Amino acid sequence: MSEPLLQVKGLEAWYGESHVLHGVSIDIHEGEVVTLLGRNGAGKTSTLRAIMGLTGRRSGSIRYRGQETIGLRSDLVARAGIGYCPEERGIFASLDVTENLMLPPAIAEGGLSVAEIHTLFPNLKERARSPGTKLSGGEQQMLAIGRILRTGAKLLLLDEPSEGLAPVIVQQIGRTIRELKARGFTVLLVEQNFRFAQTVADRHYVMEHGRVVDMVRNEDLNASLERLHEYLGV
Amino acid sequence: MDEIFGIPAPLLFGQLLLGLINGAFYALLSLGLAVIFGMLNVINFTHGAQFMLGAFVAWALLSFLGLGYWWALLLAPLIVGAFGVLLERTMISRLYKLDHLYGLLLTFGVGLIVEGLVRNEFGSSGLPYRIPAELQGSWDLGFMFMPIYRGWVVVVAIVACLATWLVIEKTKIGSYLRAATENPALVQAFGINVPLMMTLTYGAGVALAAFAGVLAAPIYSVNPQMGANLIIIVFAVVVIGGMGSILGSVVTGFGLGIIEGLTKVFWPEASATVIFVVMAIVLLTRPAGLFGRA
Repeated sequence: MSEPLLQVKGLEAWYGESHVLHGVSIDIHEGEVVTLLGRNGAGKTSTLRAIMGLTGRRSGSIRYRGQETIGLRSDLVARAGIGYCPEERGIFASLDVTENLMLPPAIAEGGLSVAEIHTLFPNLKERARSPGTKLSGGEQQMLAIGRILRTGAKLLLLDEPSEGLAPVIVQQIGRTIRELKARGFTVLLVEQNFRFAQTVADRHYVMEHGRVVDMVRNEDLNASLERLHEYLGV
Repeated sequence: MDEIFGIPAPLLFGQLLLGLINGAFYALLSLGLAVIFGMLNVINFTHGAQFMLGAFVAWALLSFLGLGYWWALLLAPLIVGAFGVLLERTMISRLYKLDHLYGLLLTFGVGLIVEGLVRNEFGSSGLPYRIPAELQGSWDLGFMFMPIYRGWVVVVAIVACLATWLVIEKTKIGSYLRAATENPALVQAFGINVPLMMTLTYGAGVALAAFAGVLAAPIYSVNPQMGANLIIIVFAVVVIGGMGSILGSVVTGFGLGIIEGLTKVFWPEASATVIFVVMAIVLLTRPAGLFGRA
């Protein structure tokens, strides 16, 4: 098998004194959609943040396209080609929708054009001049995903894009993720909702207490339901 | 129209103009403070000293290099701004992880040191700086004589405030700045070099103070205390307008200048305190300031 696009090995991370990741290892190959499943506090969000360089101290190894990024500042991690969509969506109140969309600088060729993003998310076009935080939750989520598609980043880290959204919007987000996969994007997705994860992902890593405890291929998911229920407590 | 509300018109308009001039400086200085506070979360107590340095650099450019007012208007902000950049890189940037108070204490101390050094070198009596030839004289407006230089200061201050507002509200750089004011970590995770932005923002805010200092040089005497006297009022302006609010600092700056001027006409004894009375009232009713987000 070829070298993974993103290879995380023995990743440890801290927030101040609090040790949140205890040797996380995951591989993601180009074009894959991979989820991190787990209960609240299992370390899913911290894993994404640690990859982006947004936690405190980190150790271990994070290689993106073979390049070690563990020592890099977060802006340089982004410039290596990773787009990040945070759990709280991070829409800026003092910027309108267009400014929010145009905020992340292009870091490589091959990003989607604004017209293509508007085709994926027609609402964003209609509300171009609204302040970012006047959008509905679903529209904010679309904006948070849309703005990292423009930049040419090839690996997208999406933190719970389905959280708190109406089922019809969740379906739209799901369609979007499949569309992105078809366009060649690689996605690392944090999810609590494994029913949703099942509709978009190729593989699932299960996290507990800051460690990866299992990996399930999507085609084996139904056979592993009992095991997963135990991990996730659903 | 010799009298308005029983006050001689020339006195009223004279004080109104003086209020507008002071307001122009309040606005320029509080604008720089607002931009710096928004981005760095540091209350820049060196601001008054940097304003004073602007005036001194203008004086030095003329005395030592023969470069006049117009050159000073361009060069002094660059020189003092570069000093600001150095200060941010070597000292202020080390304090971002700590409480606001440390930044305040550091910049307060640096301000005192700078003022002390200048006083030691040039004395405290003040140095003269002439109004440039092009702006000497006054216009007869019919109801009063308007010194051209004072009109110029008001116009330039308004233009500078407008330009700053436009840059922040309408440009790409401005959108980075607004976004980084809300959530610097995320802006950086999009690939923007936020530490560099902070350095440049501090430099720009300091340059704006120095620019105001050059404008002030021909009006007030160029002395080491000129910033310290002004900055206390400017901090009141910032508190009234709302910490970090661009519009708030401009509107409040000019507004309070005018209120102060009018108070000099109607109740001269209160003119030195009126701004602080307004500040107390605003803080009691709107703790975040008139334009601040609570």
